[in-house]
Formats: sequence, structure tokens, C-alpha cells
Amino acid sequence: MSISDRVIAIIAEQAVLEPSDVTPESTLENLGIDSLGLVESIFAIEEEFDISVPFNANEPEANDFDISNVAAIITGIEKLVSEKV
Amino acid sequence: MKRVVITGAGTINSLGHSVPDTLEAMREGRCGISELEFRDVDRLAIKIGGQVRGFEAEGRFNRQQMSLYDRFTQFTLTAAKEAIEQSGIEFHGELAARSGVVLGTAGGGVSTWDDNYRSVYEDGKNRVHPFVVPKLMNNAAASHVSIEYNLKGPSFTVSTACASSNHAMAQAFQMVRSGAAPAMITGGSESMLCFGGIKAWEGLRVMSKDACRPFSANRNGMVQGEGAGIFVFEEYEHARARGAEILCEVAGFAMSSDAADIVMPSKQGAARAMAGALADAKLNASDVCYINAHGTGTAANDKTECAAVAGVFGPHADDLMISSTKSMHGHLIGGTGAVELLACIMALRDGVIAPTIGYEEPDPECALDVVPNEAREAKVNVALSNAFAFGGLNAVLALKRI
Repeated sequence: MSISDRVIAIIAEQAVLEPSDVTPESTLENLGIDSLGLVESIFAIEEEFDISVPFNANEPEANDFDISNVAAIITGIEKLVSEKV
Repeated sequence: MKRVVITGAGTINSLGHSVPDTLEAMREGRCGISELEFRDVDRLAIKIGGQVRGFEAEGRFNRQQMSLYDRFTQFTLTAAKEAIEQSGIEFHGELAARSGVVLGTAGGGVSTWDDNYRSVYEDGKNRVHPFVVPKLMNNAAASHVSIEYNLKGPSFTVSTACASSNHAMAQAFQMVRSGAAPAMITGGSESMLCFGGIKAWEGLRVMSKDACRPFSANRNGMVQGEGAGIFVFEEYEHARARGAEILCEVAGFAMSSDAADIVMPSKQGAARAMAGALADAKLNASDVCYINAHGTGTAANDKTECAAVAGVFGPHADDLMISSTKSMHGHLIGGTGAVELLACIMALRDGVIAPTIGYEEPDPECALDVVPNEAREAKVNVALSNAFAFGGLNAVLALKRI
């Protein structure tokens, strides 16, 4: 599975949706993922890829990590995974 | 109904090892938050906290006591000694039989859990010290205070996360006010500054890596502290009869439950607790001069709390002062309301309002007088102390000058 598919699978599981219902344009809000769900998704992503995602729930806009939609999250994860090596 | 007064106060926290030292630090707007020092801190993302420094438990307690006292119990006994000595109260006979101790803690003996899990899981040992259970239990501190001071009345521990101390003090207040007990030892203690304690908090991603800046637009989270605050709550006539110095009066309290979200605070729940405390104390909103805020420095708490204050106090919200001393001593979780009650006592008795330090940028969502960065002199007749816990459990105390 590609990074994109793996991230979507995690988000879909959190949103209790099928992966096919999660599109790159989806926002977490559209998917019904609240602040706790977001923190849980980030945890699951960190575990899946063995990376550390710079995210503080107090300043989601100020973070280096863009969570504005699924595509932005995937781009961020791809960058973190590529930097890992 | 009896009147309830505070006749003794004791503390140990990152600002000082006594009430006078702590109040001096609050007056000076000193920060007790610094780099954490304990095993494996390099494996943490969060490396700052309001850690108690220079506390040598070994000299204070003997070997047998050390094997039974977790750090949260050590803090409790240190603060209780100061409070009870100041009060001058001695528990004998009928007074001892009816007086008790109600304390708050969220985690109890966290470092005892941590040390012993490490020992059996990481070090592979198959044996732990025989006193692990009595050392880590949440009521250990309350029990040791009762043993040390001969308190034989109602005694127990309250655990409601960040509101534990306020819930505990509200219980003690009720017991004295109702006449069930002539005096109660109350307050709370917390000691979570160890690898496991901070690691658990890191997961929520609500902790700041650099500073606690309540109400400031650039705030980025909470910072943990540790320590204890212990008080003697005493029936007014009983205190008068023995010529005790009275620090202030506890006038009322209220508790509420948000019944909503496990971590997100609720404006309505907070507002109901503040309004309820005023009603219980038979005070008007306009009587309140100072609020010691819950003020954690998270995005969610501070704006919700300010909105709740605006809702309860209306136009008077602009006239009162509200500060968060967590900016100085950090968030003592289950012990926090107890240490913060000291700021209310300082406001009522000494006319000095502790500041919110680290305040850098106004936030339109927290547009109240947060006493930024410098303490202020003001005559305060009535103060509130807020505590709003994870789980949506709130407890607010109302205090009066005497």
C-alpha cells in the first residue's frame, strides 16, 4: 500500500467510514473527526510510519504540520517519511 | 449552619517550600518552571515543569517512613506540618474524634508505580518492595496525616483530576459548616513529574514545550507542576475561642458536571459552578473582586473560562481581576486548587493580587483584566477559586476577607 492509502485507511478507521469515502479534499471536520479523534489519528500515523508528527492541539494553525484536509496531511506524512531515512 | 474559617496554611511547590516563600514568589511574579531533572527525561518531548527543588526527604523522614511515603505523601506531610503548626490546633479527645482529613490527588503515588513497573518490566526483576501498595494508594497521604496528627473523624481522598483539591476542600468545608466536624485538614497534593507521568500527558498534545502563558494570544499549552497545599478549616467560634489567627473565611462552594465531553471544557458547566458558589455563599456577582482562574494556558480552557466569567458576571467581568498562578508554579493537577487557594488568601488578607506571568499578547477571546506580569495591590473582600477538570467535573470555592 502507498503512503497515501495507509494514511487514508487510518483516517477512515477513525471516522468509521470506508476508505473510499475519504477523498483528498475531505477535511477532518467533514469526516466528523473531533479534537480527540485528531490526536488519536496522529498517534496511529506515528505508529504506522515510525515518525514523529509535530502537532500541538493548542495551536493547530501555527503548527508546521498542515491538517487542513486529507491531501495536506498525506503530503506532510510523505515529507516526514522521506526525511526519516 | 456554622461559619468556616481557615486558620492554617502550608505548602511546598516549585515557588517555595513554605507559604511565606510561595507568596513572596507570587508577589514578585517569579517563575518556578524550568528544565525537568529525572531519569530518562531525554526520551520526552516535553522537558519543562514546575519541579520542587532542594527538597531532601531523607533528612526529614526516617528509613521506615521513607519506605512508606511516596513523594506526594512527603509533600503532603511537609505542607500539613506548616499548616497545623501555624494554626496551633492540637487534636485530642472529642476534637480529635470528630475532626478528619479530606485531600485531593489525581494520580497518588505515580512515581511509585513508575519505579516499580520499571523494576519488573525493564529490569526484569520478579520482586517488589512489600510496601508498594500502601505507598502508591491515593489515600496514603490522607491516612498519614491522620496518623501523624491523631485525626479520627471523617477522612478520605477525592480524585477528580484537575479539580481534586477543590472538590476535597468543598467536602471539608461542608463537614465543618454542617457541624459534623469542628475542624478538618484539607487540600491536595500531586507528584507526576517522572518519566511515565509526563509521557502519558505528552500523548494528548496539550503541553507546552517552552512556557505556560495563560490568556496570552500566543499561549501554546499547559506545563505541569508538583507539590502540595494543605489547610486547616475550622469552625469560626472554635477558632475564636482559642484565639487562632484567621486567614480568611470560606463562604461557599459549588460543584457541577458538564455531562458533555471527556476533555473539552464547557462554558455552561464552568458558569454554573461559579454562579452556584456565589449563590451558596449568598454573595452577589458584583461582590467578587478577584478570581483565581483555572487558567491552564491551553487554547480550549482559557477562552472557555473567560466566556464563562463574562456570562456569570456580565459588565462586572470588566471590573474584576482574574489571574492564573499556574504561569508560575505550573499545573499541579490534583493539588493545583490547594496551592492556588494561597493566591486567594494573599488577595483577601494582604491585598496583593498574584499576576499571570508570561503574558505577551492580548487575546480578544480572553479580554479580561488578567493582572499581566506584575502583582497588584487592591482591597479584596471576596475571591473565587476555579477548578475545571478533565471529565467535565468543576468545583469553585468562594472566600471572604475577615
